[in-house]
Amino acid sequence: MATTSDKQKSIFRSIDWLTIILYVLLLSMGWLSICGACYEYGDPRDFLSLASTGTRTGMQLVWIASSILLGFIVMMTDDRIFDTFSYIIYAALMLLLLATPFLAHDIKGSMSWIKIGPFSLQPAEFAKFATALALAKFMSSYGFKLEGSWKNMAVSIALILLPMALIVMQKETGSALVYLSLSLMLYREGLPGFVLFLGIAAVSYVVVGLRFSEDPLLGGLISLGDVLVTILVLIFSLILYYEYCRPAAIRESLSAERNFGSFQSLQRLRYFYLGIFIVGSVALHLSASTLVDHLAEHQKNRVYVLLGLRDDPNGIGYNVNQAKIAIGSGGLEGKGFLNGTQTKLKYVPEQETDFIYCTVGEEQGFIGASAVLVFFLLLLLRIIHISERQPTAFGRVYGYCVFSIILFHLVINIGMVLGLMPVIGIPLPFFSYGGSSLWGFTLLLFILLRIDAGRVRLLH
Amino acid sequence: MNNEDFHLAKRKYVLGGAAVLIVVVYIIRLFVLQMTSDDYKIRADSNALMHHVLFPARGAITDRNGKLLVYNQPAYDITVVMQEQIGVDTLDLCESLGIDTAWYNRRMAEIKDRRRNPGYSRYTQQLFMSQLSVEEFSNFQEKLFRFPGFYIQKRSIRQYAYPYAAHILGDIGEVNPSDIKEDDYYRMGDYIGKQGVECSYEKQLRGIKGSEILLRDVHGRIKGRYQNGLFDQQPTPGKNITLSIDVELQKLGERLMQGKLGSIVAIEPSTGEILCMVTSPTYDPRTMVGRQRGKKHQELSHDPMKPLLNRAIMGTYPPGSTFKTSQALTFLQEGIITPETAYPCSHGFRFGSLKVGCHGHGSPLSLIPAIGTSCNGYFCWGLYNMFNNRKNYHTVQEAMTTWKDYMVSMGFGYRLGVDLPGEKRGMIPNADFYDKAYKGSWNGLTVISISIGQGEVTLTPLQIANLCATIANRGWFITPHIVKEIQDDQIDSIYTQRRHTMVSPANYEVICSGMQRAVEGGTCRSAYTTQYVTCGKTGTAQNRGHDHSVFMGFAPRENPQIAIAVYVENGGWGATYGVPIGALMMEQFINGQLSPASEAKAEVFANRTINYGDYVR
Repeated sequence: MATTSDKQKSIFRSIDWLTIILYVLLLSMGWLSICGACYEYGDPRDFLSLASTGTRTGMQLVWIASSILLGFIVMMTDDRIFDTFSYIIYAALMLLLLATPFLAHDIKGSMSWIKIGPFSLQPAEFAKFATALALAKFMSSYGFKLEGSWKNMAVSIALILLPMALIVMQKETGSALVYLSLSLMLYREGLPGFVLFLGIAAVSYVVVGLRFSEDPLLGGLISLGDVLVTILVLIFSLILYYEYCRPAAIRESLSAERNFGSFQSLQRLRYFYLGIFIVGSVALHLSASTLVDHLAEHQKNRVYVLLGLRDDPNGIGYNVNQAKIAIGSGGLEGKGFLNGTQTKLKYVPEQETDFIYCTVGEEQGFIGASAVLVFFLLLLLRIIHISERQPTAFGRVYGYCVFSIILFHLVINIGMVLGLMPVIGIPLPFFSYGGSSLWGFTLLLFILLRIDAGRVRLLH
Repeated sequence: MNNEDFHLAKRKYVLGGAAVLIVVVYIIRLFVLQMTSDDYKIRADSNALMHHVLFPARGAITDRNGKLLVYNQPAYDITVVMQEQIGVDTLDLCESLGIDTAWYNRRMAEIKDRRRNPGYSRYTQQLFMSQLSVEEFSNFQEKLFRFPGFYIQKRSIRQYAYPYAAHILGDIGEVNPSDIKEDDYYRMGDYIGKQGVECSYEKQLRGIKGSEILLRDVHGRIKGRYQNGLFDQQPTPGKNITLSIDVELQKLGERLMQGKLGSIVAIEPSTGEILCMVTSPTYDPRTMVGRQRGKKHQELSHDPMKPLLNRAIMGTYPPGSTFKTSQALTFLQEGIITPETAYPCSHGFRFGSLKVGCHGHGSPLSLIPAIGTSCNGYFCWGLYNMFNNRKNYHTVQEAMTTWKDYMVSMGFGYRLGVDLPGEKRGMIPNADFYDKAYKGSWNGLTVISISIGQGEVTLTPLQIANLCATIANRGWFITPHIVKEIQDDQIDSIYTQRRHTMVSPANYEVICSGMQRAVEGGTCRSAYTTQYVTCGKTGTAQNRGHDHSVFMGFAPRENPQIAIAVYVENGGWGATYGVPIGALMMEQFINGQLSPASEAKAEVFANRTINYGDYVR
């Protein structure tokens, strides 16, 4: 008896309240944004009307309340069940993902929604925490080392690729791409930096190259894309040179790896790799643009839409343009709660889901929009802090998974609304309308908080 | 924690730094979007805000007795938003509006032409077709849903209660580009007073446009008022205007002038208010309303009789003998004559080879009978004696200048300043004029015909009526005006100030006696009535064609109520048309109606027409 109350006391003492505060803050701002996005002219403006069920704002309140309850339930469980049942949870969710396309109703071409009673759930949102748990479990096994073990690397990547593949089958490419972000966690756990570097470089070549492939320079001889990619190759090569080919860098790795090979041979080897990088970069860019050039116009469009370079094949850039107008018209202080015209009059598409940040920008202005970014940043840094203080690899790996996923959503979603990133339809955590994503992120975050709260016991 | 783990732990800075870097980049991006330019704000507004003009009701116009002359009636304009009308079935639209596709294409091109339509925008309503009648409107309204981008805007058009006073009331028409350039109140498709009071009191009559800002969603549907109507402005209705004319008098005047060219102007001497202003031929103002205005206007402007010309203020005529009163006043004031001075007249003024003819009457004559019989000789002698008087004037030029100053003080030679557009100034020659014409070699005899209102002298009928009002007032007048009152406003102060001539009241009294003599035993005998003392003066103005018949008169002699000028082109003797018409008009105004005998006489004159043949002026 005494142990239960002691345990609860210690949990309350060891909960990371700062994260809870940031979570509640983001949820509240999110709800206000939903109010702004869903408000119809002439509707009453009091809380009761806004909160009434039957409206989206009312429904979002239900999702928020149930999420908080869900968080509370997670905090009440024993933290060891996540460790114990992680594979089972992962397996269950993967089965559910596999089954989803067969159970789902087609919603705007997406086969990811399962109808349960009056609600629709998107299993893909829950696969994130399950994958994070499985990865944490696997990577915390005794003697696990990512570096130097092809088997470990392969299994880790397989754990990530499986849900990705299943989600792609549901025609939710955007949600699938989120799993790529877990490479950040792998980096923290020992994935060589240059792998991440090569990945980022390859994606930038293709995206930048194709994005500007239709802006001819020098009378059509080359495109703006070619020039920009050349500049990128130059920058990346300089970074690689600094990191690996500089004499000091070579000397450092000679001593660090207790590798007694000769200075010259290592330097020659690294210059060779650098050469391969440059050749490979150019080859990748040329093959990508040649490939796209040889596609028929409609296929080309498909590629561009898939890459998010063209959000709508008919009106080029309409959505992003309207989103920029919405945000840009907010000015310093914004137009005020429920006073945004651009969002309220439906100029911005998907404004309560993927483009919710428009409402923040229009109604709360630069101050409000920056505040949201700063709160997200604080949350992310706090998650790093929490992850690093975990006594177990399980906690740390899981924490970095949470960090990677939230960071990816933030970067892609807000970047897309600001016109800096391709249009990839993924929600903004805690803001976008919808129960599945809110529950998914709540579970993701609160499992971390629960694990973190349990570290006290492990430390003693 | 081994060394390698420690090495990896440092990677948290890379990851945290990446997050910080991205957030900083995004905040900079936000700053650029939100803080560096208003461009996005303007674009958001042009997306969402639709400015809708609320037209004020134009002021109504009544006559001096409160009878409604001009009022408003609903009409419907069709506007188009170019951006939204893409894909509309043009044939269907033209059929529904009863227009042909050529008209449609021309109109669309006009709307898009920024030179003709400076306020053009693809996103705002542009006037497509104006002033549909209620029937046309209801037909079209049923089909409106088929024509996205086309809207109906209610406005009012002018309606006229009487078919009279077209030139005084004027009309309204669409603004032209120069109106828009001059006053940025106007937008293409707006209406502006084009003629008459509608033009000269445009600012008072038009009121102030209001506006409402509506919110339009992505599909162009109106979703509400911007800021709950905080910036909306209700239109201020135009001010009602009371004219000084008596519509019954106007009606009689227009009736009497049927079939004749010319003008009647009557003034209330004590106030300068114009009681009627008839010009003939005239037209029915009710035909100048709505979309037929353009066609009708075109038709009238090609009529050789020039029905659009307001002869009362735009026609400049030789005043003939009515002008003699002004000469007598000048000679009396300058001491050239006294009321007792008599001049001989043997069928005219003879001086050497120069002869100005006159009709048979006793000789010599003093001033009062000279006015009564309208003796040409008397006034020629008067002018001759003035211009050859080297005691008072060193040169003939000096005499001429003195003479001219008298004339100008009586309101001749310059615009009087009536509150109607297009007034002409007439002609009073000065010394320079004759110096140029005769190369400096001229004298009183050269210009002798100006003393009897011929030669270079021309006046407008309004100036003749004003001369009469000045005599009625014994030496002053108030600038004649057509507007008596403006709702919640004052009329211009120039219409309340007396303007004195250079002649003393006593001298005017002599002229009054002369004019009374003309009625009681002279040229104006048919104007005689036992009911009040009438003063009058005929004129028979020579010109290239048949003489013009002129009359001016006022009544009663004491406390005069009406001063009138009648000018009938080619009407012959003053007594033929001028006197009887003037008498009927004065009776109508003073008694409020015509006696049965006068009514019968009026009917005769109304039916009498003058054959102008191939009238070219």
